[in-house]
Amino acid sequence: MSSSPTYAYYPGCSGQGTSLEYETSSRAVCEALGVVLHDIPDWSCCGSTPAHTVDHVLSAALSARNLAQAETLTGVEGIATPCPSCLTNLKTAGRRMLDPQFKERVNSLLDTPVKQPLPAKSVLQVLFEDVGPAALKERVVKPLAGLKVAPYYGCILNRPPEVMEFDDCENPIAMDRLLEALGAEVVPFPLKVECCGASFGMPRKDMVMRLSGKLLDVAEDNGAMAMATACPLCQMNLDLRQSQINATSGKQHNMPVFYYTQLIGLALGLDKRLLGLNKLCVNPKAALQAAEQATAGAA
Amino acid sequence: MKIGVFICHCGSNIAGTVDVAKVAEEVGKLPDVAYSTDTMYACSEPGQEGIIQAIKDHNLDGVVVASCTPRMHEPTFRRTVERAGLNRYMFEMANIREHVSWIGKDKESNTQKAVDLASIAVAKLTQDRPLIAKKFGVNKRVMVIGGGVAGIQAALDCADGGLEVVLVEKTATIGGKMAKLDKTFPTVDCSSCILGPKMVDVAQHPNITLYANAEVDSVKGYVGNFEVAVKKKATYVDWTACTGCGLCTEKCPSKKATDYFNEKIATTTAISIAFPQAIPKKASIDPEYCIKITKDKCGVCEKLCPTKAIRYDMQDETVIEPVGAIIAATGYDLFDYTRYGEYGGGRYPDVITSLQYERILSASGPMAGHIKRPSDGKEPKNVVFVQCVGSRDKSVDRPYCSGFCCMYTAKQAIQTKDHLPDSQTYVFYMDIRAPGKMYDEFTRRAMEEYGARYIRGRVAMIYPKGDKYIVRGADTLAGTQVEVEADLVVLAVGAEAAKGASNLAEKLRISYDKYGFYMESHVKLRPVETNTAGVFLAGSCQGPKDIPSSVAQGSAAASKVLGLFSKDELESDPQVASVDIKRCVGCGKCIETCPFGAIEETDFRGEPKANVIETVCQGCGVCTSTCPQGAIQLQHFTDNQILAEVNALCQQPLVTSFE
Repeated sequence: MSSSPTYAYYPGCSGQGTSLEYETSSRAVCEALGVVLHDIPDWSCCGSTPAHTVDHVLSAALSARNLAQAETLTGVEGIATPCPSCLTNLKTAGRRMLDPQFKERVNSLLDTPVKQPLPAKSVLQVLFEDVGPAALKERVVKPLAGLKVAPYYGCILNRPPEVMEFDDCENPIAMDRLLEALGAEVVPFPLKVECCGASFGMPRKDMVMRLSGKLLDVAEDNGAMAMATACPLCQMNLDLRQSQINATSGKQHNMPVFYYTQLIGLALGLDKRLLGLNKLCVNPKAALQAAEQATAGAA
Repeated sequence: MKIGVFICHCGSNIAGTVDVAKVAEEVGKLPDVAYSTDTMYACSEPGQEGIIQAIKDHNLDGVVVASCTPRMHEPTFRRTVERAGLNRYMFEMANIREHVSWIGKDKESNTQKAVDLASIAVAKLTQDRPLIAKKFGVNKRVMVIGGGVAGIQAALDCADGGLEVVLVEKTATIGGKMAKLDKTFPTVDCSSCILGPKMVDVAQHPNITLYANAEVDSVKGYVGNFEVAVKKKATYVDWTACTGCGLCTEKCPSKKATDYFNEKIATTTAISIAFPQAIPKKASIDPEYCIKITKDKCGVCEKLCPTKAIRYDMQDETVIEPVGAIIAATGYDLFDYTRYGEYGGGRYPDVITSLQYERILSASGPMAGHIKRPSDGKEPKNVVFVQCVGSRDKSVDRPYCSGFCCMYTAKQAIQTKDHLPDSQTYVFYMDIRAPGKMYDEFTRRAMEEYGARYIRGRVAMIYPKGDKYIVRGADTLAGTQVEVEADLVVLAVGAEAAKGASNLAEKLRISYDKYGFYMESHVKLRPVETNTAGVFLAGSCQGPKDIPSSVAQGSAAASKVLGLFSKDELESDPQVASVDIKRCVGCGKCIETCPFGAIEETDFRGEPKANVIETVCQGCGVCTSTCPQGAIQLQHFTDNQILAEVNALCQQPLVTSFE
């Protein structure tokens, strides 16, 4: 590689709290794999779901402020963010601002106008395209052999396809390939892009119980010992609420739900403190040990 | 010159937004116009009589009608002036309906534009000269391209009418899609039992020459005198010797060849006969899988063949067939459902197409008529049908309705219950479109007598769960989401234009729509004609059709050919290029640019000159703009005639500002 891929980094609010481990593991993995991240100075909330349900211009303005702040950085080829929801807002704002009138309305709300919105990508897309499974495989020091994992992308990482412009919108494979490069056994998971219930955990908990419950059921049916996610909200519904789901459905799931960056970090042998495995609600120890024993037994 | 001008009201179609009386008055002031009037319907019988009367009363030399598009009524009015004793080319038409009244609401501007267009037509007419059509002979042989049910019907009707027919079929057997069906709606009668006799008739008819495993390579010529090059693809079996005994197919050791006839749910032998009733019943070798051809080993079929018909070194062969008319009956292909990632994109073995299901149902199919899952051979209990897969869906660029899927799905639901009485069928549908005779009654029977559960809504997702599949969709009548556990899912895939359809259209010089279906000459009134004289359409190549409609069109196309061939001579269109021999310098540029090969070099007193073959010339005008000398002119569209039109327009004072 002639020069390291360099991105303006947008951490997103969840990364400061509920998904701290996603944030630290994403940064650690990028650093280890030579992806340079420059934090967008003085970044602010993207507006998440509530903003765009109220007003498209105001919602775009929230993301546009971050796009404008990113333009103050030099030498970056785009914006990278771990969170699919932040990514959707960044990309939607950039796309809507292709319309000069819309751009004008958004810019009139900002102190510093956006000149030319930078392209936004997920950290997953950066790792898949700029590093790639082959290069990742070479860097693995502790293969995850024996770990049967269901890759769960969530419903908005690849959709709508005309906005997200990455991977297949019904059967994405980027995370599959990266996990395979780590030596993990990726089980067939037909609900890769199904909804987990998202923020309905507050107003309609029953819906999350049903939808996330089904994700856990199907992952388990397909032989998964663990799930890998790329979204803070998905992870929270599957992990934090797993005991609620079990209580509702009467099932006994004990399925650790990793961020895929944590699994990459494990395979690269990164500092465990940066990976934040202790932040997971469902203890992954048993699954990781079972995987190790499976390979030790085979060897 | 004395010109008569008729401005048509077309009821309120034109008169609603154009002051037709004013147009008649203004155009009446032009120098050559001897008579100008408006008329309610110029094309009606009194309208035409009015034109004839005016020609006689005012001793007119030519007529302008300002009305609709010339595509609609130019032939009508040409016949009108001819009846009054004028040459039919002493007529011009101005289109003030499609080009004026239908597209603009400003009556003042419309009126002025109508005056302009009518004045242009008058100016052109002052330069027009009488033209006389020449006559030429007709070769009364017809080629039918495509041996599906539409092509078979067209070929048989033409042959029964006494014509010599050449039937060209791409695959090794005729029969098309219908031959692959187990049963047909709405009678649930056996498809091959009703088609089989017709196929045999084709084989036995003394007037029909059948080329199976053959394709049209090129088409030259014009109506009455086409020359079609047909490429007979190598079958590696001498069909004059092959008796269709099938011994070779029994002993062939290469058993993994793709079975196209069975829609790839099974494999076949490298040397094979598509199905028991195949016509011609001859073996052919798939060179991709033949061990002798790929590795120069084996040779079992050659040793076994009792008539010594095997020819491993056979090459493609081209034959030239002179014919006077061509019927395109090339059918359709199935939509590629793997484009729907949400239905598994082809990854799930028990999610199959409707035509694959027909092969499963068929007694001569790979499962001998027992419904079994392709994955594990188990009998399914819950069978789910998903309609509109690749129909009425803009997201896959297939916004049209394929028309027959509602019916065949109902038929397959009925058959499923007949085969497996303990089974339960579900049908996800958008709307039930069953407008044919006995059709709606048929779909009701599927529901009421055979217990098919119809769920109105689209399927969002199909995914495997254990050895079953979850089909999730909307029930828009109940307003809920539904999930059905299925053992087998049948996708009612829609129809799309046959692969290579656009390629053949270009050879035939006919138009096709954005989806590749061939364009008829008029959507309602000329459904089997094309805009290329002598080329006709039958069946699904023109748009998705069920069997009755395909058969009807096959017969209709045949009757058009029989009508065309009822004359011994046809008239050529005199609107063709013509060379002014004094101006021609013999540079040959026109010969190079003519897309139809209609210009040849001749010798005129020792000097090379261009000569137009009038029957081949299509009147496109490319040569006239190529000629550096202005020596080649398109009759009825000469430079002087077009300049007269331009002058007429440019001399008009501009009354409309574009501010």
